[in-house]
Amino acid sequence: MGKHARGRSSRKHPLWKAIIIQALLLAGALLVISPFLWTITTSLKPIKSTFEPPYLLPVHFVWQNYVDAWQAAPFPQYYLNTVIVTLAIMVGQILTSAMSGYAFSRLSFPGRDALFLVFLGTMMVPFYVLVIPLFLLVDRIGWVDTYWGLIIPRIVSPFGIFLMRQSFLSIPKELDEAALIDGCSKMGILWRIIMPLAKPAISTLSIFAFLFAWNDYLWPMIATRSPEMYTVQIGLRTFMGKYGTQWVLLMAGVATSTIPVLILFFAAQSQVVEGIATSGLKG
Amino acid sequence: MQAKSYWSKSGYRKDDIRAAFICLAPVILIFAAFYMLPMIYSAVLSLAEWGMGSMTGFVGFSNYLAMFKDPYFWNSLQVTLVYTLGVTVLSLPLGLLVALGLNVKIPLSNLWRSLYFTPSVTATVAAGIVWTRLFDPYDGLVNHLLRVVGIRGPAWLSSPEWALVAVILVGAWKRLGFNAMIYLAGLQGVPGELYEAALVDGANAWQRFAHITCPLLLPTTWLLLIMCVIDSFQVFDLVHVMTSGGPMSSTEVMGLYLYRQAFGLFHMGYASAIAWVIFLLVFIATLVQWKVSGSGGAGAYGEAR
Repeated sequence: MGKHARGRSSRKHPLWKAIIIQALLLAGALLVISPFLWTITTSLKPIKSTFEPPYLLPVHFVWQNYVDAWQAAPFPQYYLNTVIVTLAIMVGQILTSAMSGYAFSRLSFPGRDALFLVFLGTMMVPFYVLVIPLFLLVDRIGWVDTYWGLIIPRIVSPFGIFLMRQSFLSIPKELDEAALIDGCSKMGILWRIIMPLAKPAISTLSIFAFLFAWNDYLWPMIATRSPEMYTVQIGLRTFMGKYGTQWVLLMAGVATSTIPVLILFFAAQSQVVEGIATSGLKG
Repeated sequence: MQAKSYWSKSGYRKDDIRAAFICLAPVILIFAAFYMLPMIYSAVLSLAEWGMGSMTGFVGFSNYLAMFKDPYFWNSLQVTLVYTLGVTVLSLPLGLLVALGLNVKIPLSNLWRSLYFTPSVTATVAAGIVWTRLFDPYDGLVNHLLRVVGIRGPAWLSSPEWALVAVILVGAWKRLGFNAMIYLAGLQGVPGELYEAALVDGANAWQRFAHITCPLLLPTTWLLLIMCVIDSFQVFDLVHVMTSGGPMSSTEVMGLYLYRQAFGLFHMGYASAIAWVIFLLVFIATLVQWKVSGSGGAGAYGEAR
């Protein structure tokens, strides 16, 4: 496929055409990322000069703004909360998805297919249906404003179960057989044989779980009350309400909340693409 | 299904049952407590009246009937539909356009792809805050640029006519890169032989696009269309951050109206009924996807994921 595309492009797209396409793509990309550039630029402006005409690339570099923003709101605490909650949800989703995926793809037990269908069916239930009773439930058991309330309802992911099952199905069962003959237990097969071979799918699920947990908004907003338990997103929204007119500080806050995600995205990007392309066992 | 034929048909193996119990017991427990129980509770709530922190009695379907007479509900439905339509109409063709550009093997195409995808991985709260500022009527970047080309920009988020337009633009901005990625995967699955055959037959670029690319991308388009509709229908974060539903409910999508009813006015029964209507509408969209795209759409989805 790649070969065809390349062959096509070199024949059908002479140099000037390629240059035009590049230029258009560049212009579009600049337009798409201009809000990010503008955020960085604004966050580094001296506080007094915000009313000059807006521009995209930074000319001032007032790093003090970041210190001020972090002192104006308990961002370190928000960060700590978000990191704890995000990591717990990631690990939880990987474990629960891998274990259920294993049961649904490798083990045979009564009611397996029906149960899988139930999990699959919940994938399309909007969170709106769950959110009100979930809040009432979490409130009843005293989990509002706790890490438990933020984490436990989020660690089973029907999508993750589906993804793991699909990935495990593509791993040859002969490997299980061999391990079984060598005296490996059923659970041992999951941890020692299947999990290492399903790394691409696991990394794909990790990325989805990370983005889901880090960017989550509605549930943490409902499940937290005190600022000490806020996640970064809720903290930012509150910061906007409080310092809505102090745009320089607000943009410093936005930048610090967004940059870790962007770094992770650009670092893991090739891995994700690879995980999508080579799902399963190849050589 | 494949797995079934692999195992012996005579009963179940003991170690299978044991392992399945170890694997599934915790998952089923959490699933029952935090998915099934709330779902059942939500259905019950939607038929009940709520007051002073608990259910005060069953009212049959009157919560559902009340929606018909509630102008705010109809407004939220209309706003949601307009938002969904706007985001879909903007982000699908633009996504295809970007994908067509990226499909040409040129240096830096990986960089462009990542840049276009960046908004999709950015937290909605951060994006919403930044865009709120960019849409500032006086010294926001958007109106500043409009002024440069001689247009006096509207008041955007503080104008009942333009607030929804602004929110739609941001929604499409966040969606564009994702659509482009999936379209790109679809484009790379189009066999090059088809283009070569068309070239031999003397088809021009437009004909090749209209008669080869478009039909072959139809399953991808269906998939993206339904995904976009389902996601946009459930929008919350973006609108909550940018406008909180205002001004004058002009951007109050269904999710926001549900939130106001549930956590602002504590009408838990009525809000639950709204939730089930959202579910019904999303369910219909999903059924349409299954009916129309069949396995092609699902395959493309799996591939892209």
